[in-house]
Amino acid sequence: MRRYLGRKLLIYLLTFFVAVTIDWLIPRFMPGNPVDTMLARMALRADAAEVLRSYYIRAFRLDLPLWQQYLNFWTALFKGDLGISTWLFPQPVFQLIKRAVPYDLFLLLPAIILSWMAGNWVGAIAARIRWLDNTILPLGYILTASPYMWLAIVLAWALGNVAGLFPIAGAYGFGLRPHLSWLFIRDLLWHWFLPFASLFLVMFGGWAIGMRNMIIYELESEYSRYLESLGTPQRLIRRYAFRNAMLPQITGLALQLGGIVAGALATEIVFAYPGIGYIILNAVQNQDYFLIQGCFLFIIVGVLMANFIIDLVYIVVDPRTRLGMTGE
Amino acid sequence: MSLQVENLTVYYQTLRGDVQALESATFTIQDGEIMGLAGESGCGKTTLGHSLIYLKPPMRFIKGHVTLDNEELPVWDMERMNDFRFKKISIIPQYAMNAMNPTRKIGKMAEELLGSRKMDFRAILPELKRRLDLVKLSHDVLNMYPIELSGGMKQRMVMVLSALLNPSLLIADEITSALDVSTQKAVAEMLVEFRDREFVKSMIVITHDISILYQIADSIMIMYAGQLAEKAPTDVIIHSARHPYTKLLISSLPKVGVKYAEKRLTGIAGSPPLLLHPPVGCRFRDRCPLAFDQCLEVPPFVEIEKDHFVACWKVLEENAQA
Amino acid sequence: MAQEQPKEVRSEFIYFALRNRKLRVGLGILVFFLLFAILGPFLTEYEPNAYVGPSAQPPSSEFWFGTTTFGQDVYSQFAHGLRSTFIVGLIGGGIGTLIGVLIGLLAGYRGGMVDESLNMLTNIVLIIPTLAVLIIIAAYLAVRGIFTESVFIGLTAWPWAARAIRAQTFSLRAREFVDLARMSGCNSLRIVLTEIAPNMMSYLLLVFILQFGGAILNAATLDFIGLGPTRGMSLGLMMNNAVLWAALQLGMWWWLIPPGAAIAAIVGALYVMNVGLDEVFNPKLREM
Repeated sequence: MRRYLGRKLLIYLLTFFVAVTIDWLIPRFMPGNPVDTMLARMALRADAAEVLRSYYIRAFRLDLPLWQQYLNFWTALFKGDLGISTWLFPQPVFQLIKRAVPYDLFLLLPAIILSWMAGNWVGAIAARIRWLDNTILPLGYILTASPYMWLAIVLAWALGNVAGLFPIAGAYGFGLRPHLSWLFIRDLLWHWFLPFASLFLVMFGGWAIGMRNMIIYELESEYSRYLESLGTPQRLIRRYAFRNAMLPQITGLALQLGGIVAGALATEIVFAYPGIGYIILNAVQNQDYFLIQGCFLFIIVGVLMANFIIDLVYIVVDPRTRLGMTGE
Repeated sequence: MSLQVENLTVYYQTLRGDVQALESATFTIQDGEIMGLAGESGCGKTTLGHSLIYLKPPMRFIKGHVTLDNEELPVWDMERMNDFRFKKISIIPQYAMNAMNPTRKIGKMAEELLGSRKMDFRAILPELKRRLDLVKLSHDVLNMYPIELSGGMKQRMVMVLSALLNPSLLIADEITSALDVSTQKAVAEMLVEFRDREFVKSMIVITHDISILYQIADSIMIMYAGQLAEKAPTDVIIHSARHPYTKLLISSLPKVGVKYAEKRLTGIAGSPPLLLHPPVGCRFRDRCPLAFDQCLEVPPFVEIEKDHFVACWKVLEENAQA
Repeated sequence: MAQEQPKEVRSEFIYFALRNRKLRVGLGILVFFLLFAILGPFLTEYEPNAYVGPSAQPPSSEFWFGTTTFGQDVYSQFAHGLRSTFIVGLIGGGIGTLIGVLIGLLAGYRGGMVDESLNMLTNIVLIIPTLAVLIIIAAYLAVRGIFTESVFIGLTAWPWAARAIRAQTFSLRAREFVDLARMSGCNSLRIVLTEIAPNMMSYLLLVFILQFGGAILNAATLDFIGLGPTRGMSLGLMMNNAVLWAALQLGMWWWLIPPGAAIAAIVGALYVMNVGLDEVFNPKLREM
């Protein structure tokens, strides 16, 4: 077991290394110079721009040889320093990300977990009852086939614009500042509901269909047939099928959770919701490469961790993985 | 009498019509008899085996009666059959190696299985352990997952499980097909042990390998294209079969010690008919060297001497003349 | 007997295919939109981006889908956008499937070191935020066409296909007919092409359908963020423009709803077709 884990860990570290290197390369691949871009937006006089330029280059340590910049990047990484944003200069990238993450957690954690639970439950029932299956299946497919932003638009329009039940922009009202009070929390939830619902519905469709298919697959497996030919009541057979069908669903859940840090890009754009996705969009539009780099680094780490955790969970939960660890 | 089957007819539903997989099977098996059921692929032996215990769509019950220990088996009713399954009639499936839940320890699964059938696992456990000893499986397997066992071990485990409640009839469906020769012998001998120790009253051993049946079966029933061809005690089938198909089948088996240079392996010319629209009358008619006009009518499965049944007009004709 | 079977097997598939309701419904919807994409633009004389009418009009007999805030014909945009949707799906999905199949077959068949290194490659491609790469590309290519977008999507979507094909290859590799081929001296490439691939044909079709749908969704999101093609029209771009120009606040549903609805319908139809085809190819799943 230790060898298996050791090897996996090595592969993850290697992947991490390569991915971070590629991430570091991003701003360097951009045409031009991030500093020049920043200066271009400031519309200064040529000599003033020149002074500022050399200042910034030194501030961003862009005058150092490339390999040194690379090493500095790694050391800064471990200190949690992801550089300075050029869009919202002089705010540190890390701070911007730190401010955005809670909104994503608040939005995505419930959306992912609740849709997973509801989807699995409905999918399992649909696999059993024919008439339910005939309604759930098409619904599930339509939901999972809906682009996130479109469902967000539909909800925003129907419940926000037409019915006037919910607001369609921001995480909280424009007149409010985040503070701990019932008024703020209520406002926060009110703004949260539509983005949450749009994410929940799309994900729910996917989980329900996945679970339904997995259960049908398990119910037709040879061990189910054997139990049936021994006269086992359906209850036990279904219990086994459910438990076995859950395994890939758990993998899926972990993968989705790993993606939390990426934010729900399209949804946040529609609702102007200040999560990481929204930050990334603004970073792209303002050509703030350090911010982009920082965000993506965040995402890479998150996804790798999630993958690693899935592997660990699978070892615990699936005896086939645990015992077949000598590999294929 | 242990098992009585009368006119059992089962078809397979397909969108293009019914495949007439089993036609009017009528035979009996006595207490303590191990009957081998043999024939080519697609002859209906698996259909017969399954229709006795697990008649599920796409199999469709057409007609017939099955009686086990003087009690009618409602083979057409999946629900009511549950009362009989595992307790009075049981099966060791063809896919025995994959028959156990891969994510459950074997002992736990057995406990849950017996519990769901309202049996006390604690009470049965000592007997289970005795049987594990019999098939040379360590008691530790109860604490292992199926993936930890070899193919042969899984096979033996499933054998023990299926026979655990001492069913009157045990159906063994191609249980030696996936094993190597020495394991085949061991498994076959275990089947006989089960009968000798009266764990099981009678058995149907389904296989296409007649050599196994020669070792362990008391009687052999040969099927062809969904119809019963011949049933007789083992040595009668092997040495003095009467049905033309059986004779050709036996003679086409390779014999030990005979080299290619001396004698060629003969098969039987032609191939079995498709059962979607089977031929009228005896289905072996087209390949039979002895066929004549009478064969357009289905020959009855008749006892020509004690415990020797044949479905062939020619044989009946010869017997009448004798 | 061996000669009869291939023909019989082929017609058996067609027989079941025609009868499968999911396949019929899914294919029907797909064909409907395909025809719309092909013929739709001919039914209007307006160019998608031309300013042809009063702004922000709801659907009328003159402008079937109404107009945008700039007075552009939404129907024309929609019909042209559908075209690009299908093109991206086909090319992007096709490339993704091709790469995924090659890598999956190779990794699955060879195993060992080849498999491990291809696995790492797959992992890296999965980890790299595709958005980041796209941003770089977008920064360099001031003018991007739909072909570029499709290629990009194909180059980033193949890991899922590769994983699936690899698993399937593993299970096929252990089958007897492959051992036979190996024993008769065929080299690896030949075995993969002549023994394994044909048996996976149905599976490959299913993988392609999913890649097709995935590419469409991917493209919609990219277009929505503004990283799509700079020329032409697409459904994602329509939604992007709509949201950008306050269509939500102004309640212009005719501009907001149809593009996404079409995508949901097309991709949904593809998924349903997928399930239907799975039933056709796998007799155990067929409903009687």
